Amino acid sequence: MIERLRKLALWIDDRLDISKLFAATAGHTVPRRSGSWFYVFGSGTLLCFMVQIVTGICLALVYVPSTGQAYTSLEYLNYQQQFGWFLRAMHNWGSNFMVAIMLLHLTQVFLFGAFKYPREMTWISGVILLLCTLGMAFTGQILRFDQDAYWGLGIGAAMAGRVPYMGPAIVHMMLGGPIIAGETLSRFFTLHVFVIPGTILAIVSLHLRLVLSKGINEYPVPGNVVKKETYVEEYEAELKRDGVPFFPKAISKDLIFSAFVLMGIVACAAYFGPEGPHGVADPTLINSVPKPDFFFLWIYAVLSLLPDYMETVLILTVPFVVLGILFAVPFISNTGEKSPRRRPMAVLSVLLILAVLGVFNYLGTFAPWSPKMNAWTGVEIPATYLDHRSPLERQGALVFHSKQCINCHSVGGAGGLRGPSLDSVATRLTGDQLVRQVVQGSGNMPAYGKNLSPAEVAGLVAFMRTLHSPTESPARDTTQPEQAAIENSNPKAANQTRQ
Amino acid sequence: MAIRELDTLHRDEAVAKTRGTTRRSFLLKLGFLLNGIAAVSVSVPVLGYVLSSFRTNGPFKSWIPLGPLTDFPEKQTRLAKYQNPFTRPWDGPTADIPCWVRRMEGDKFQIFAINCTHLGCPVRWFQESHLFMCPCHGGAFYEDGSHASGPPPRELYEYQYKVENGQLWVFGGQLPTLGQPA
Repeated sequence: MIERLRKLALWIDDRLDISKLFAATAGHTVPRRSGSWFYVFGSGTLLCFMVQIVTGICLALVYVPSTGQAYTSLEYLNYQQQFGWFLRAMHNWGSNFMVAIMLLHLTQVFLFGAFKYPREMTWISGVILLLCTLGMAFTGQILRFDQDAYWGLGIGAAMAGRVPYMGPAIVHMMLGGPIIAGETLSRFFTLHVFVIPGTILAIVSLHLRLVLSKGINEYPVPGNVVKKETYVEEYEAELKRDGVPFFPKAISKDLIFSAFVLMGIVACAAYFGPEGPHGVADPTLINSVPKPDFFFLWIYAVLSLLPDYMETVLILTVPFVVLGILFAVPFISNTGEKSPRRRPMAVLSVLLILAVLGVFNYLGTFAPWSPKMNAWTGVEIPATYLDHRSPLERQGALVFHSKQCINCHSVGGAGGLRGPSLDSVATRLTGDQLVRQVVQGSGNMPAYGKNLSPAEVAGLVAFMRTLHSPTESPARDTTQPEQAAIENSNPKAANQTRQ
Repeated sequence: MAIRELDTLHRDEAVAKTRGTTRRSFLLKLGFLLNGIAAVSVSVPVLGYVLSSFRTNGPFKSWIPLGPLTDFPEKQTRLAKYQNPFTRPWDGPTADIPCWVRRMEGDKFQIFAINCTHLGCPVRWFQESHLFMCPCHGGAFYEDGSHASGPPPRELYEYQYKVENGQLWVFGGQLPTLGQPA
C-alpha cells in the first residue's frame, strides 16, 4: 500500500515537475546571513496581498458597485451577512498592514543598498508595486462609497482639473462623465478589482523572478564595496561558501513574522471592527467633513499648508518629481558601499522623510487649518472668562459665539485653531487695532465690517480687551500718554471712536 | 523523420540564400501581418470605448428648475438642489446636486456651486457671520462668493440662472473645476 502511494507520488512529481520547481524556487540557495529579521518584510507584504485577494473576493460576492446600492450593500455586509463585518474589517486592516509593511520593506531595502547593481530592476518593479498599492488604497476608499468617498472624488477631480488644457478632459475621464454619478463608482470598481490587482500580480511575478535570478541581497558588511566587474562572482562565491537553501534553512523568520502579521490583522479586525461606511454619499447632505484615510493624511496636510501661489505648480509636478527620484535611486548610487553604517546620507534621508511624513500626518489628524464648523454651537467659552465682566463685555462674548468667531479662534482651549488663540489677544492689540482687525480683516481673516453692527463690534472688542492674564496689562497705544491709553482701552471709548 | 526535417531546413536555407524568401519566412511575415490587422480591429473598439469619456464638449449642461421664486426670500442665502441632467438609472443619491442660492432682490440672484474652489469640498453657509466656510482646508468666502480667506485660488463658482414663469432655473450639470468653472 505504502509502496503504491510512493509510486503515485513519484508519478505526480515526475509529470508535474514539482520537486524541480521547488528546487528552483523555495529551495534556492541564499546567503546564510540574509535569513535575518531585517529580511522578513517582503514576504510579509506579499502575505497581506494574499489576505486582500481572499477577503476581497469574498466581499465582492455581496458588494454592489453601484452608486445607488453600494452603501446599502456595505450596511448589509456589516449587519446581516454572516462574518461580513469581520471580512470588511480584515480587508481594511489588511490594507493598513500592507501599506505599513511595504513601507518598512522599502526602507529596509533602501538602507541595505539592495537596489544597487545588479538589482536595479528589482527596485524599479518594487516602486511600481508601491504605486499600485497606494492606488489600491485610494480606489478602495472610493468603493466604501460614503461621504468621504464622494468628496474624496471631488478633491481628486479638483486636482486633476488644474492640469492646463487637458484638465477638463482628464476630469471627465476620471469621473466617467461631467460629474460624480453612476459611472464614476463603476470605473473605480474596475480599477480596484481588475486593473490594478492584475498589474500587481504581473509585477509581483517579475519582482519574485528577479529575486530568484539576481539573488536576494547579501547582508551588507561595512567595507564590502559593490564593483560591477567583480560583484556577481563575489556573490556566487558567498553562496558557495556560506549559502543555505531558503527552505528550510532561511525561511523560519519569515514564517514567524508572517504568522504575527496574520494574527495582527485578525486581532485588529476583531477589536476595531470595520471602517465605516460614514454617511450616505448624498452630496446634498453638506454637513460633511471629508477626510482621507490614514496614509493620505499627509497629502491632506500639505495641501492645506502650501502657499496658494505655488499650489497648482506643486500639485502637478511634485508627484512626478518624487516618482522620478524613486525610479532614479539605483542609478544615482549604483555601486559602492551597501551598509547603512557607511551611508550617512541615506540614513539621514530616511529619517528626514519619516519625520516630514510623521509631522504632516500628525497635523492631518486634527487639521488645525480647518474652522471647527460647529464650535459656535458645540463648545463653550470657559466660565472664568465671563466672571466679573460688564454686560457689554458679556454681550461681546455672545457675539464671539453667535458670529462664529469661535469656529476659528479658541478661547480657554475651546474653539477652532484656524486663527490664533485669543487667550491673550489684549496684550497684542489695542482697542483700535482690534476694531480695525475685526472690521477690515487681514491676512487669513475675513472682514466682518458688513456683518457686524457698530454695537456688536464694540461689545466684541470690549470682550477681547479682557483677554489677558491677570499679571499682564493690556496693550496700549504708546504714542498716547498713559492715562489716555487707559481711556482708549475702555470699550466705551472704542465704541465712540467707531461711531 | 528528424533527418527529413533537417533536410528540409537545409533546403530552406539554401533556397533562402538564393531567392531571399521562402515559404516559411513568408508564412511568418503573413502571420505577423494578419495579427497586426487583427490587433487593430480589436483595439479600435476597445480604445474607442475607454477613451469615449476623454472629452469635454457635449450637451452636459442644461436648464433645470430649482423651484418657485417664493422658496427664496430676498436677502437670504438658501441651500437648493437640482436633479443632475446627466443621469444613469443607478445614480441613487448622487443624482441630486446641491447649490447655494442667494436672492439679492427681485429677480437678482447668485447661484453658487457647492464645491470650494480650492479642492472641491462642500462649502457651508453661515447666516450669522455671512460667510461660506469650507471644512477641508479652511477656505472662506463672503456672501457674494468673493474670496475671504484661506487657500482657494478664486471666488466661488457661479452658475448661470434665469427666472421664467415664477420659477428659478439653473444652468448646471457639470462638476465645476478650475479648468472648467460652472
